[in-house]
Amino acid sequence: MIRVKDDSCDFCGVCVSVCPTDAIELRESVLIIDEEKCTECQNCVYVCPIETLEYVS
Amino acid sequence: MREAYDVIVVGAGPAGSVAACHAAQGGAKVLLLEKDRDIGVPVRCAEGVGDAGLRLVVEPKPEWIYTKIEGVNLIAPNGMRVRLQDQKFGYVLNRKIFDNYLAEKAARAGTEIRTKAYVDGLLFEDNYVAGVTVQNLGKRYSIRAKIVIGADGVESRVGRWAGINTQLKLVDLETCVQVTMVNVEVDSHYCDFYFSRQIAPGGYAWVFPKGEGIANIGLGVSGEYARQHSPLYYLNRFVEKYFPNGAILTTSIGGVPVTATLKPLTTNGLMLVGDAAHQANPISGGGIVSGMIAGRIAGMVAADAVQEGDYSKSYLSRYERQWYKEEGNNHKVFYRLKQAVYKLTDDDLNRTAEAVLKLPQPKRTIVNVFKAALINNPKLIIDAIKVFKDQTFAVFEPLT
Repeated sequence: MIRVKDDSCDFCGVCVSVCPTDAIELRESVLIIDEEKCTECQNCVYVCPIETLEYVS
Repeated sequence: MREAYDVIVVGAGPAGSVAACHAAQGGAKVLLLEKDRDIGVPVRCAEGVGDAGLRLVVEPKPEWIYTKIEGVNLIAPNGMRVRLQDQKFGYVLNRKIFDNYLAEKAARAGTEIRTKAYVDGLLFEDNYVAGVTVQNLGKRYSIRAKIVIGADGVESRVGRWAGINTQLKLVDLETCVQVTMVNVEVDSHYCDFYFSRQIAPGGYAWVFPKGEGIANIGLGVSGEYARQHSPLYYLNRFVEKYFPNGAILTTSIGGVPVTATLKPLTTNGLMLVGDAAHQANPISGGGIVSGMIAGRIAGMVAADAVQEGDYSKSYLSRYERQWYKEEGNNHKVFYRLKQAVYKLTDDDLNRTAEAVLKLPQPKRTIVNVFKAALINNPKLIIDAIKVFKDQTFAVFEPLT
């Protein structure tokens, strides 16, 4: 699964833009990854500007 | 909020506010929805803009300008600096004030605005987008609209909900980090651009002065290369090397689509504008002016559509056609140029700088920089001459 590592997320939405399955919901200061939609492609992990997303097997 | 509007705009950045303003000026009842508590905050932008481009949409005002820019320095991997100054100047904007100014303008034209208004879905009717569902201060509303304009940024989901694939390829995304620093020595009327795979692979680093030893210092890395090291990693190295005495006032994070315009831009009852429509200039990453141009066209088309009672994709594609005429066709060329420049090695970039520095100062123009950089690609040089003949500084708008 993909998860937010710590509280460093800035809610910039870069992860949302590369998600192939619209699995990420972004609000003003909330980021939710829908595990049912997520295919674990890790695009979001690769592009996060501040390394705040991680893949956990 | 009412139960129904003519036009609902999702997102109050420059593209959304300008769209709302023009739709309202054209007589439509408009609602503008912003998910964050403040319009203009947080700033996710290097804040530079060309004068000529800006004036296409709005008259420059001193209250939202930090500094006037007289030219740019392009810095090669080996440190050689190519200064381009035979060009129209630009500005470093105060985006917080600027974005508020545009939203105010929309409101004065009759637009209703809500902040902390998170759009979580679209309403559909007979194969038309027919409104939005929105959460605002603990309540959820269904609000109908004849036309929805999605201006919801690089993180756009409005298009996806209407069946338009807005997903960016990694190679078509710049992922960016910026710090605003004080105690930095910078040329107060020149913007610096650093090109090197060591500094910002697949992108560039920028230093934009804001006056009194303050500057926006940031960089963008191609999504394709960010897998190895994040932009944060590269920015820390860059700042340590060039601005060791700087103190950080702000840290900004974000991304920019650097590709040709999204297809399609419209569907029944829906138009997309700005970063949501991949309308940032793909070679510079600048998205303020192009987003506002798209907003102006989309807002006017929306008002006309309301008057004529036709919200079909076929009517709304007037926006699409006008966008390609004004900007989109150039963006196709910018994208080809970006793909070529993207492949240049640090040696190629050094050679380019050397070649340009051999030219006398008046000949150091953006066209000649591209001529030197693309020496093995004459077809693209012709393209470059075509698109840059009228604009010089405008192409060096920053990453948004």
